Amino acid sequence: MLNKKHWVLLASAGSLALTGMTTAQADTLEDTRSNGAVQCGVSDGLPGFSSPDDQGNWQGLDVDVCRAVAAAVLGDSEAVDYISLNAVERFTALQSGEVDVLSRNTTWTTTRDTTLGLNFTGVSFYDGIGFMINRDLGVGSAKELDGAAICVQSGTTTELNVADYFRANDMQFDPIVFDTSEQTVGGYQAGRCDVLTSDTSQLAALRIQLDNPKGSMILPEIISKEPLGPVVRQGDDTWFNIVKWSLFAMINAEEYGLNSANVDDMLSSEDPNIARILGQGDNYGEAMGLEADWAYNIIKQVGNYGESFDRNVGMDSPLEIERGVNALWTEGGIQYAPPIR
Amino acid sequence: MIHNQDMIPQQPAPRSTIGPLAWMRANLFSGPINSVFTLLGLYVLYLLLVPTIQWAFINADWIGTSRDDCSGEGACWVFVNARFTQFIYGLYPREELWRGNIVFAGFAILIAWLAIPRLPYKRWVAIFALTAFPVIAYVLLHGGYFDLPRVPTHRWGGLMLTLILAVVGMVGALPIGIVLALGRRSNMPIVKSFCVVFIEFWRGVPLITVLFMASVMLPLFLPSELSVDRLIRALIGITLFQSAYMAEVIRGGLQAIPKGQEEAAAALGMTYWKRTALIVMPQTLKMMIPGIVNTFISLFKDTTLVMIIGLFDLLGIVQAALSDSRWLGFSLEGYVFAAFMFWIFCFSMSRYSQYLERKLHTGHKR
Repeated sequence: MLNKKHWVLLASAGSLALTGMTTAQADTLEDTRSNGAVQCGVSDGLPGFSSPDDQGNWQGLDVDVCRAVAAAVLGDSEAVDYISLNAVERFTALQSGEVDVLSRNTTWTTTRDTTLGLNFTGVSFYDGIGFMINRDLGVGSAKELDGAAICVQSGTTTELNVADYFRANDMQFDPIVFDTSEQTVGGYQAGRCDVLTSDTSQLAALRIQLDNPKGSMILPEIISKEPLGPVVRQGDDTWFNIVKWSLFAMINAEEYGLNSANVDDMLSSEDPNIARILGQGDNYGEAMGLEADWAYNIIKQVGNYGESFDRNVGMDSPLEIERGVNALWTEGGIQYAPPIR
Repeated sequence: MIHNQDMIPQQPAPRSTIGPLAWMRANLFSGPINSVFTLLGLYVLYLLLVPTIQWAFINADWIGTSRDDCSGEGACWVFVNARFTQFIYGLYPREELWRGNIVFAGFAILIAWLAIPRLPYKRWVAIFALTAFPVIAYVLLHGGYFDLPRVPTHRWGGLMLTLILAVVGMVGALPIGIVLALGRRSNMPIVKSFCVVFIEFWRGVPLITVLFMASVMLPLFLPSELSVDRLIRALIGITLFQSAYMAEVIRGGLQAIPKGQEEAAAALGMTYWKRTALIVMPQTLKMMIPGIVNTFISLFKDTTLVMIIGLFDLLGIVQAALSDSRWLGFSLEGYVFAAFMFWIFCFSMSRYSQYLERKLHTGHKR
């Protein structure tokens, strides 16, 4: 007769067998093709990164990664099912197969990369803690902030990082701590502090909510590392490559001057780098199971990295975030993609 | 002896006892303390109302398409205006909205038919509303049949999703609650202990936990082929959770029915089911209308919790809209709109329940 212990063993063996089965069958590319849409997990609302516009279409830098993958795999950047996920359930949704790409302002850290059964495919936005100041102060660099009163949200890593930065640079500051981001903005607006600190992507969104956004500016220094990027499940290297190279294709396109407007003219370009990106001649997508025009589709339908940046978070958007470290390596930033060849 | 044969003609009541002035004197200024409090109350009301009305109506901006159309002096209803379709239907595809409209219209007609006493065939309409209508609504909204394009549930949202969650929760929770309440009073030990365990389990965990379990833990246990749609998971969670509360409300009503009622019915030779359906339940439900509607209203508001599992109900879609970088900073307008919509539905439920109580009143109230 089976006792309780046996039942537990049997049950776990059964569930293992089931999970084993699903892992063995995992061919995300094939599933995506038969489904006709990329299952993409995005944030449930983050200005500039993913939010629905007035027409109900998802927009943002994170959303453009989903669209790039859809353009590469299915040739149609609109063939995406957006699943909005909150911070807690995002990894579960990816592990359980509810989404195949997680593009939700997720910071790349060792723990997440090694213990969750997930792989980060690259960095779509180098975020980090920055400072917003009143223009009237006449300060141009964070190094000049000695003795400043700084509004900061409590319980965040921001508080610690700011303290570290000031100690490392041998400066004093007066922390003014608030509970929520709204209160922090309120405190800054009311003049309780000279400086407001938060992640740079957040600072831009907070700045718009001020009565006089033009009166404040974001300093160029970023004092901590928050690399945000798309994530996929471990165990399907083809899919990992597709997501990774979709982002790289956008960055390469900007480097070689390809954009959604000129990509058709560039098809006849003599430059071998451009010809390789656009799949004229050899097909570099073949090993990933893609058509030769995979990168062409991305550039034509989504645009290059710079276009996406400017449109969603950069100077063409209300957020007006400077390129800063997110500029290409050729222009003083650190966005760098391995070559397509 | 002088004797007046004529009746004294009827006189109007003295000036000082009728009309608004007298009412005010009796109710607002009946003494120095009351007068002071009245004036104080009026002053507070003035302080609150004037800026509110100025913000919401006089200085507000109504027409436009972007934030540039807002002066910033009062409320910017342009934001709600531009997003109105989204607040009602969520991210449902624009060209398929007629499907949502048909379901809305059908729902409104059925509710009105059941609520207006003069209209005939109530029984058939009720049967239709509970059986055929959900199927029709699902086929229309979800599509995939009869050449209708498929609209996956993660694109449903806004008021439509709130109503779906609330209505399915209410319609599911009431019968399950009745069965559980009867089971808990049953003499059969297995039935009774099952009901007690069920009710105490679901009442003992917060709804947020239930939704989290359904959306975060469940997918990990099930293989991906067996994954259940997250809307269905939320619906099941909400229904089971609310049915436990409903069961206790109904049990309270059952306990208030004198034992003689059931004994008399038994003496007439009625079976258990006849006694319950014809004698006990009608009295219980009638008596428990306030409690039942209370549970319904709290269920309606609890549906906003699905926001934490990434479903865009009315409140969720308002928050998502607030994160559009083109509309940052209009949170007050968004939340006021959401609160107003919730108030309309909760208040109508409350008014209808009061009407129902008056209509069914047979002198049982003490």
